[in-house]
Amino acid sequence: MIIAEQKPMDEIMGLLQGHRKVLVLGCGTCVTVCLAGGEREVATLTSVLRLGGKLEAVEQTIERQCDAEFFESVREVATACDAILSLACGVGVQLAARLFGDKPVYPALNTKFMGTNEAAGKWAENCLACGDCQLGVFGGVCPVTRCAKSLSNGPCGGSEDGRCEVDPDNIECGWQLIHDRLKALGKLDALTAVAAPRDWSKTHCGGPRRLTREDVAQDS
Amino acid sequence: MSETTYKSGSNLEKLMAAGEFIVTAELGPPKSADPEIIKTKADHLRGWVDAVNITDNQTAIVRVSSLCASKLALDLGLEPIMQMTCRDRNRLAMQADILGAYLLGIRNLVCLTGDHQCFGNHPTARHVFDLDSIQLIRMVRDMRDKKIFACGDEIKASAKAALHEPRMFIGAAANPFADPFEFRVTRLEKKVEAGADFIQTQCIYDMDRFQRWMELVRARGLHKRCKILAGLTPLRTLGMAKHMRDNVAGIKLPDSYIERMERSKEPKTEGIAICAEQIQALRQIEGVAGIHLMAIEWESKVAEIVQKAGLTPRPVPLV
Repeated sequence: MIIAEQKPMDEIMGLLQGHRKVLVLGCGTCVTVCLAGGEREVATLTSVLRLGGKLEAVEQTIERQCDAEFFESVREVATACDAILSLACGVGVQLAARLFGDKPVYPALNTKFMGTNEAAGKWAENCLACGDCQLGVFGGVCPVTRCAKSLSNGPCGGSEDGRCEVDPDNIECGWQLIHDRLKALGKLDALTAVAAPRDWSKTHCGGPRRLTREDVAQDS
Repeated sequence: MSETTYKSGSNLEKLMAAGEFIVTAELGPPKSADPEIIKTKADHLRGWVDAVNITDNQTAIVRVSSLCASKLALDLGLEPIMQMTCRDRNRLAMQADILGAYLLGIRNLVCLTGDHQCFGNHPTARHVFDLDSIQLIRMVRDMRDKKIFACGDEIKASAKAALHEPRMFIGAAANPFADPFEFRVTRLEKKVEAGADFIQTQCIYDMDRFQRWMELVRARGLHKRCKILAGLTPLRTLGMAKHMRDNVAGIKLPDSYIERMERSKEPKTEGIAICAEQIQALRQIEGVAGIHLMAIEWESKVAEIVQKAGLTPRPVPLV
């Protein structure tokens, strides 16, 4: 899922300066699960915004901010506000901005990455959406994401005791993980061939990506 | 032997082919546009080493570019080994620089991954890593041997023009001290397979582990497929020794060296003595074709180390 965290309060207050009535809009999907932008976080943030009494804050949470249809339920209340503070990821903030063309829309979160929940309050990045998944080759560990240099033929010289020199306390060497996993599977031979340069045009390097599926498009 | 039998015709390649025990050193370009620093360092090295690595934004700190400093070194009478990392350039910029370097007379290129930018003076920079070091090696080899760019196009100015490929002698790095240990030799083999003609290792302090690594290298016959230069960095101070041991990933520094630096009244002299001893020991190891002296900001001591290790005089450049 998409992992996000709330921006510092000062920054949010700065964004809202000059506004009197704000819709604080939560999202019921990823950011609810990662405890950054769901109903509970909306309630907490709204009460903080109301402190001081200068700002009128209306709280709402919709199921998903990445689908236009879910915004219909808040269209009326949004129209009555002079700004929207979205607690969605960057995707949701942008869709809100598109749907409410005459309304300033501000992000309350910093969208961090796509990742897993590791433990209570801990998340880790696992996928960069490179558009050309090679996990089948690399034992289910992504070299693009898990290696700080996205090496296809790692590990580099900065791998020590299974840790990455970029931040040994917090980052595992992705290539050590790939090595260990393939070794356990009896497939270390897979790492002897030189991996060819990646086709980065399938990533964001090729421009903002779109996907059209004719089968689905025709059915709907 | 006619010149056409060489891949690049660099002096380094010729000396290696002649079976000489090679000495290379490192010249770190300055962090300013001061030409005197390069001249001074070149003066320290000229005549004492066979070729000189010109580092590429070493430790992710902005310096005079390795391409320009290599040209300056060449004009100052040194044979440059231009270093190129994957951190700051994509495949377009790399190939453009390789073409340009060849035109300027540079014939040796060491292909490196590059330190992560978080270690340098621009930690907020975006890194590139379009290619990794092994892919870079293969690209340079294909430019030379297949006369093609990374995209597959032939290296010529137009459809009817003649091929004019850059012919580089290709170097790579190997770190016998990083993990996973047993995979280190596989990675070296991948570099050789990709096209590396010679290897310069990470600086060696743990001689036992280096010996074990060389055993694995010999078991796969890799020392016969590429020339291996053992990397050395002389210790200047006790503080530096401790820093290397404690803070630099991929370097193992035995306590015995720390103790010697601690006991000595003249640590600098002791550091040079240790380095000269290491060279003597490394010369005895089958498959070690030379040494690579990375005397970081201490180029002035290279001559002394080379003399102490009995590596003088250096062979005259071959025509």
